[in-house]
Amino acid sequence: MFETITLIFLGLISVAAAIFAIYTRRVVSAVIASGVISLSASIMFLLAAAPDVAMTEATIGAGLTTVIFLYALKHIRSSREGRDD
Amino acid sequence: MIKYLLVFVAVLGIGWILWQLGVEFQTAQELNPLASEYVRGSTSDLNMPNAVTAVVVSYRGLDTLGEVTVLFLATAGIGFLLKRRKRSAGLEIDDTDGAANVPVCDESALAGLEFDATGTTDPQNNLSNSLGSLSNSAVKTRTEGSEILKTGANMLVPMIVVLGIYIFTHGHLSPGGGFQGGVVIASGILMLIMAETRFHLSHLLLHISESLSGLAYVAMGLAGLILLGVDHFLDPRYLLAGQFLALFSAGAVPVIYSLIGIKVGSELASVLASIQHEGEEL
Repeated sequence: MFETITLIFLGLISVAAAIFAIYTRRVVSAVIASGVISLSASIMFLLAAAPDVAMTEATIGAGLTTVIFLYALKHIRSSREGRDD
Repeated sequence: MIKYLLVFVAVLGIGWILWQLGVEFQTAQELNPLASEYVRGSTSDLNMPNAVTAVVVSYRGLDTLGEVTVLFLATAGIGFLLKRRKRSAGLEIDDTDGAANVPVCDESALAGLEFDATGTTDPQNNLSNSLGSLSNSAVKTRTEGSEILKTGANMLVPMIVVLGIYIFTHGHLSPGGGFQGGVVIASGILMLIMAETRFHLSHLLLHISESLSGLAYVAMGLAGLILLGVDHFLDPRYLLAGQFLALFSAGAVPVIYSLIGIKVGSELASVLASIQHEGEEL
């Protein structure tokens, strides 16, 4: 019962984060929201007794992908600033 | 108006399809024959408690080899694209500044990401001095990591790397394995890259460890083919099965997973390092 409630709660969090990622104006917030989706997905995998998949999702989805998105964002910004000058 | 109607109809159709799937879905009460054979074989044949690793490394080992190859190709593509952009930037400087600076540009392009702390400052200073009037050059010094980040990195990075090594050497005993452990190690190296501006990853070392571990992985697979007979490619049973739940058990699986972990870790670390350094040297 507790597991089901937690699963539904995490599902609601990921849906809310997805809607927020679409409608927010700041790209950084959208990237962080996609990381939150991956994190809640990894907890859901853990609750569904799949720790291997949960580890992969947490390290790659929430960690590395978010960092690479942020790096790409930083590069886009610095090249834009260079053009504006 | 008609567009909104079409969108509404499409959403209804997708909802109907998903509803049909959801109504018919029921969780399986018992494993299907293939899965129960895998679960039985992973403990009795391969002598390892983690059935997921048994499937990933042994029963579906060829898929894992393909996965590692895909990751290698992606890394090579990223390295190629970032390197090419750097060289075209060098050509641009060449065009604007005349022939006098060609050796400087060539040196910095050839030395790549490999030079140490003293090597980076000199060509960059040369470049920025020679560029001088060009305001659109993106040569800028990196901001130092904050005190919190530096102290945290000093404390955490060794632990993160040890955790990664633990994860991929114990892949046959506990959840996790080569891919997860490799990503954990790469994230530790990322923390070091972000905290220390003087930290430069030797790309030569990364290339050597990555290609040697990939080669050794294929060699381990071929050893099964040679030692056990024809349809035993990537079969780990040519090494001793050992004691159940011991670190050196389950044949060649710990060795193979450690090789995958080293390969994935060095590939992802080189991706992160080249993304980080590419912005500096433009």
